[in-house]
Amino acid sequence: MALNLTRNIDRPDDFYQELLDMQRDMEEDDVQLMNAKLILILSNHIGDHDILSEAMRRAKE
Amino acid sequence: MLKTFTWPEYPYVQSDDQKNGTIERRPVIVVGAGLIGLSAALDCARHGIPVVILDDNNTVSIGSRAVCYAKRPLEIWDRLGIADKMVKKGISWNVGKVFFKEDLAYEFDLLPEEGHKMPAMINLQQYYGEEFLVNEAKKHTDLIDLRWKHKVISLTQHDDHTSLQVETPDGVFTMECDWMIACDGANSMVRDMVSAEFTGQFFQDRFLIADVIMKADFPTERWFWFDPTFHKNQSALLHKQSDDVWRLDFQMGWDVDPKAATKPENVIPLIKAMLGNDTEFELEWVSIYQFACRRIDNFRYGRILFAGDAAHQVSPFGARGANTGIQDIDNLTWKLKMVMDGDAPESLIESYDEERAFAADDNLLNSTRSTDFITPKSKSSRIFRDAVLELSKKYEFARPLVNSGRLSLPTPYVTSSLNTVDEDAFDGGMAPGRNCVDAPVVVAGTDGWLLNNLSDDFTLLIFGDAPPLSEIKLGNIRAQIITVGAQLEDKAGMLTARYDGAEGAIYLIRPDHYVAARWRKFDERKTIAALARATGQN
Repeated sequence: MALNLTRNIDRPDDFYQELLDMQRDMEEDDVQLMNAKLILILSNHIGDHDILSEAMRRAKE
Repeated sequence: MLKTFTWPEYPYVQSDDQKNGTIERRPVIVVGAGLIGLSAALDCARHGIPVVILDDNNTVSIGSRAVCYAKRPLEIWDRLGIADKMVKKGISWNVGKVFFKEDLAYEFDLLPEEGHKMPAMINLQQYYGEEFLVNEAKKHTDLIDLRWKHKVISLTQHDDHTSLQVETPDGVFTMECDWMIACDGANSMVRDMVSAEFTGQFFQDRFLIADVIMKADFPTERWFWFDPTFHKNQSALLHKQSDDVWRLDFQMGWDVDPKAATKPENVIPLIKAMLGNDTEFELEWVSIYQFACRRIDNFRYGRILFAGDAAHQVSPFGARGANTGIQDIDNLTWKLKMVMDGDAPESLIESYDEERAFAADDNLLNSTRSTDFITPKSKSSRIFRDAVLELSKKYEFARPLVNSGRLSLPTPYVTSSLNTVDEDAFDGGMAPGRNCVDAPVVVAGTDGWLLNNLSDDFTLLIFGDAPPLSEIKLGNIRAQIITVGAQLEDKAGMLTARYDGAEGAIYLIRPDHYVAARWRKFDERKTIAALARATGQN
């Protein structure tokens, strides 16, 4: 399976708002910690090393 | 002076060569009588090679250095005659706990597989190991000439030998050897004398070691703290050794003043914060260290071979220093013997660098990764580290990411030029390049272990139909045939299961107990070809 870069998020506006709302009143350090945890949780959900590598590469572009 | 251990003082004796001013060419000189050098000498003696060991000191390791010894080095030491003493004196342990701040993040159990002679891991102060090795070496005075207070001060390499200047309390004299094994530690002088590169990564961090004596009822477990409340923003380790001595390890950061940090008035409050005010203890040893992960560019410089810390230096996380050094020797000695006897080409020695540099790189990779986790180098790596630790408290998935040291396992020589690539299908992990795992066997009605019953030459271990032969020979190199069901029995079934032998299997096993080749059916021509390959004759 390849990294999915086509639209796949349900209700994109709701998701985006939820993410921002959740971090709205947080300190910068806590935001960074939460983001790191989120990356780890999602990475585990994906699991496939090739897909994770490609995602990391794309994110760094 | 330690309270639990008295350092032996070995006598300096002026050698006949120095007294008489004669230069005698020795087959092998080992430089350094530490764990690795002494093991090298004993392994040489086991193969019938006369050896001289030179050490610039006259006692065993000062202070507590190596602590954890893993199954594989214990199996090697079993062949050298000291494993029983190590296991008896040492502390066996299986459970490790990892704490983050004030909470237990998770715990692990090494869960040692049943049916192995040696435990998964023991803890023991290094000086005990060295003392056992010295005592064992003294039993072989016919082959091992152990010389204290002999310091190598210079050397000259020739095509077929090395000439060295050695300094003793009686002055300087000359020695010569066909081969030299340099086991003179991380600051190897021999390495400098051949101008070898020793490069890698230095870490800007310092760690304080405190060995304390206490009769506390802490369990025999490895406890590792990330960012504990008693030592903010650093890491700490508690681990039991023999004689009620506990190893405490505190990360101190780069800015600490190393001299001040080791003063009792600074160390004791740190320990009290860790152990609690009510725990009584006595200081046995305090020192501070910084470390590097690096290796020599080639394990062989002509007729000088490097082993142990002289060849590679790792961080202490994962117990990879001494454990991997012993395996260097195990890899080297049988090759050296065959080359010295003219039974294998000198190119066989090249495979020592090929296989052990490969293992060193694997150890360095593991050790560097642990260090990156324990001492994050940037704000973002620190955030990821803390995220992993917090998640690991609640979620099982994050625990494999926690890295407080990956414990030492033998590196399989998967790409070695000595391996014969599988042509038959096998289940299980005993592929060419892997070390043989142990299993219980019965020999002549007596319970024993597989590893104790493999040959010191090559072994052809056969499950199923065996040819009517006792050995296979290639020149002077022999593979002794051992058939499961004849020379040894597999009553527990573990041997057959571990080697996938139920359908019939043939394993060609090297003198260091690594698999060289395997097949489903015996074929003499293929066996001889694999024997040639495993001895550098292809």
